[in-house]
Amino acid sequence: MNLLFVAAGGFLGAISRYSIGLKANKTPRKPVGTLSVNISGSALLGLLLYFYEKGELPEIYWLFLGVGFCGAYTTFSTFGTETLSMIQANMLRRAIIYVLSSLIISIGSVMTIFFVLKAFF
Amino acid sequence: MSIKQSKASLILFIGVGGAFGACSRYLVSLLTSSSDGGFPFTTLLVNLIGCFSLAYIANSNQIRNIIPAPILTVICTGFIGSFTTFSAFSVETVQLFNHGIGLALIYIILQLFGGILFCLAGYQLSINKGGV
Repeated sequence: MNLLFVAAGGFLGAISRYSIGLKANKTPRKPVGTLSVNISGSALLGLLLYFYEKGELPEIYWLFLGVGFCGAYTTFSTFGTETLSMIQANMLRRAIIYVLSSLIISIGSVMTIFFVLKAFF
Repeated sequence: MSIKQSKASLILFIGVGGAFGACSRYLVSLLTSSSDGGFPFTTLLVNLIGCFSLAYIANSNQIRNIIPAPILTVICTGFIGSFTTFSAFSVETVQLFNHGIGLALIYIILQLFGGILFCLAGYQLSINKGGV
């Protein structure tokens, strides 16, 4: 039964990522789409986890939106191959900016969300 | 089939690939999470496996000759894309930060360098088998 919720979330997450990628990913070396989904998906997962850990988000919503949707909407494999493709094209500077911006903005968003939620909830 | 229809069915199949990818990731987490001692090995494991497979499949001429492009998109963007995850990586890193900066840094380094290294390994394997 749990698998069904994860599958439904994964279905929607993959389609959303693909649609955004079609519009925003010009080439593997200009992965604006992947950057956007990874940042927005991380922020959303942080929001969900906060309420899940407080016991205010039911398990099925966590499985559907957190594990399923956010998990599938964001991606690490494409992030890795895009970075490698930049390194192999001698675009080391761009690879470093891509990796650092993905990391710092995602982690920063999650930290900000936790910080703000703690103040209000 | 019209182009519009085939586009719609491609999106649908990418969704199905995503459903399988997310479920596989969830099943791996059920198998490993009891023995991880608090360190998020599951996400590391699925991400490394996904990086290796994606780089191998996406660069292999052999595979491209056998499997039609739309099916490759379903496997790569749908299944592998959803099997690996960036959001859990970010959130877990923040959680590790709360236990100490050292563990969080180790986690980031393992994911980043591990991911790129496994991509490189997949890429090399596809070339050695006559790809690219």
